[in-house]
Amino acid sequence: MAKHETPLLDQLESGPWPSFVDDLKQEAASRAKNEKNVEYQVPQDAVDDLLGVLELSFKHGRTHWKHGGIVGVFGYGGGVIGRYCDQPEMFPGVAHFHTMRVSQPAGKFYTTKYLEDICDLWERRGSGITNMHGSTGDIIFLGTTTPQLEEVFWELGHNLNQDLGGSGSNLRTPSDCVGQARCEFACFDTQAICHDLTVEYQDELHRPAFPYKFKFKFDGCPNCCVASIARSDLSFVGTWRDDIKIDQKAVAAYVGGEIAPNGGAHSDGNWGPFDIQKEIIDLCPTGCMKYEGGKLEINTPECTRCMHCINAMPRALRIGDDRGCSIFAGAKAPILDGAQMGSLIVPFIKVEEPYDEIKETVIEPIWDWWMEEGKNRERLGELMKRQGFQKLLEVTGFKPDARMVQEPRTNPYIFWKEEEVEGGFDRDINEFRKHHQR
Amino acid sequence: MAFVSSGYNPDKPMENRITDIGPRKYDEFYPPVIKKNKGKWLYHEILEPGVLVHVAESGDEVYTVRVGGCRLMSVTHIREICEVADKYCDGHLRFTTRNNIEFMTDTKDKAMAMKDDLNSRKFPGGSYKFPVGGTGAGITNIVHTQGWIHCHTPATDASGTVKATLDVLFDDFKSHRMPAQLRISMACCLNMCGAVHCSDIAILGYHRKPPMLDHEYLDKMCEIPLAIAACPTAAIKPSKVKLDDGTEVKSVSVNEPRCMFCGNCYTMCPSMPLADDVGDGIVLMAGGKVSNRISAPKFSKVVVAFIPNEMPRWPTMTETIQRMVEAYAKDANKYERLGDWAERIGWERFFEKCELEFTHHLIDDFRDPAYFTWRQTSQFKF
Repeated sequence: MAKHETPLLDQLESGPWPSFVDDLKQEAASRAKNEKNVEYQVPQDAVDDLLGVLELSFKHGRTHWKHGGIVGVFGYGGGVIGRYCDQPEMFPGVAHFHTMRVSQPAGKFYTTKYLEDICDLWERRGSGITNMHGSTGDIIFLGTTTPQLEEVFWELGHNLNQDLGGSGSNLRTPSDCVGQARCEFACFDTQAICHDLTVEYQDELHRPAFPYKFKFKFDGCPNCCVASIARSDLSFVGTWRDDIKIDQKAVAAYVGGEIAPNGGAHSDGNWGPFDIQKEIIDLCPTGCMKYEGGKLEINTPECTRCMHCINAMPRALRIGDDRGCSIFAGAKAPILDGAQMGSLIVPFIKVEEPYDEIKETVIEPIWDWWMEEGKNRERLGELMKRQGFQKLLEVTGFKPDARMVQEPRTNPYIFWKEEEVEGGFDRDINEFRKHHQR
Repeated sequence: MAFVSSGYNPDKPMENRITDIGPRKYDEFYPPVIKKNKGKWLYHEILEPGVLVHVAESGDEVYTVRVGGCRLMSVTHIREICEVADKYCDGHLRFTTRNNIEFMTDTKDKAMAMKDDLNSRKFPGGSYKFPVGGTGAGITNIVHTQGWIHCHTPATDASGTVKATLDVLFDDFKSHRMPAQLRISMACCLNMCGAVHCSDIAILGYHRKPPMLDHEYLDKMCEIPLAIAACPTAAIKPSKVKLDDGTEVKSVSVNEPRCMFCGNCYTMCPSMPLADDVGDGIVLMAGGKVSNRISAPKFSKVVVAFIPNEMPRWPTMTETIQRMVEAYAKDANKYERLGDWAERIGWERFFEKCELEFTHHLIDDFRDPAYFTWRQTSQFKF
């Protein structure tokens, strides 16, 4: 018997897509029954009350959560988000319902052993409700009480060899695509660098020292499956500099209709037989390809590595061998000055352990500048806008490169620096007046 | 409910404390076939919606069955996921960046048996627990934020709007009839924890009323300077207010025309709530992408300024989304993303074909970039 009537939420049980309402209800029922005799450390009816408060929001059209005060674990300034219900008398089971962010493994591969351990911990010391995963990538534990925060943290560290993730004005938990683990397009090992930087910068991740949040994301290729170019202050996108490798026999097999284009991604469309001219050559954004006499040719220097031909004919075309990544800086969601896409700051860099060049010539100089000059709650992209791309070049020491711009400036208002102009700005007015009367 | 200590001693918090260890190392969790063939994959194929095979240089194959996940997930549900992974995948699985679950196994037979098993599991209300799909030129899972389940500033619910939308688009989760992949994302307020700003279609919760001011309590509950500093448009300033009983209190005033309804002040100051049952609702955006394929990544554009919150299933919102999806499916070229299609036919045609009304709200008037979005050529369509 459910604790609260939920007539509005009940209407979200039907329909084919997995019903979160049914899932919450099964958890509420499991806690009520407690067949495994779990020693619940937060209210046993927490999920009943979660359903109750959500139903009330569906009725009112307004949230019933308050932003939490300062809660967290000792010595960390992130990883926990305080949350309180604004109807604690009606829903005592979720009166205190804090979030904990748990740093996910790179690539989000798991063993069932690990997940079961996580479930046992969170069932006992929390609501048993999670997000797999939060928007930034962490495993999210949804709902526990203040006294349980240290207990959960202790068990994570001591029993599961597992730390919390980032929140607030910290480095946020970095995340990556599936990468070389199971993708033939990946130009570098996204998991290796994602893990290395996460571990290297634990202090920045746990203790707020930044003007605002800072995100790293790693995309193995320009398809950008983790959206790094749109979502991370420093975005690493795999790329290569040499020829796309062509298997002419496989090209012929695509042309002959023996292999479905794009890995079979269009299998239910009525697109007719594959037409290499129309579907590959004509769609190439730089026009650097031709197919003549049964042979495919790519003019490599003109190719911008957009991935279309490789995506469309994965058995015939492969990424080149001289691999690395491009780095883009300053992407963010719209608050405040509008959304920003990452801007290219490093056209090509090798991605090799221990990543010293990336750390020492890109990440750390940029952080030093941003921590020195960034205003409270100013993302890197906004600082770049305020102080200019030139400043980013100055602090990193990278040489300006036409690849860094879409087009050169359309106004001539160049802020010449004194040292750039012969003789400097210091002049003698009397010397000038000898030749120019007042 | 007796308190059970983990071993933590609150009197000596530093005793045996373990910190800064980071996440578990990824390769502990790789299935053997992944560990062996990492970096040596040759190609992949989608055998049918939701089922992929990756072939390595060694000749090894890994079959992946992809299923939709809810993101909001109970431990009971996760344990059922583990049961499947134990049965077919030797205890290994992974999650994708779009909240799908991927079960990997070494033979096609096992993959197909697993697929049937997954598709057969249903919740009591009839929904699939593990719908197989989400690949290729179709509509994959909607990434989303917390909404009313756990956030203090949402203008709508996240899990509810996503469930309602994916119910109506479900056939396209399980098929490949779209011109290209179509990515839908959901964020429940303009702060966009879900970063939906580069999606083919974005569902965005939006407030439309400035914060209310709880003058009597404001100075007691909030640090007024923090509330002022929280405002991104400098719309908040300090003020003195006379209460009904004649006492004068310190508070703030809000320059209402300047408010962009972000709720950052409410985060800092609980005496400035802005949620409202009729003020809040949905904005729809369209035409963004993150991939560099063919065209550059681009932002989504606002195409519907407001749709009211219609609980529990947001029918106006889902009908509008369906209209956009159908117009795109019918009209776009193969490989053409929704935004590329809109740019090719022109946005004036997009509104026509999607039967959307163009209102003044859709013309940018926020700071400098607005100017670059106005039409500055005689080339347009009648």
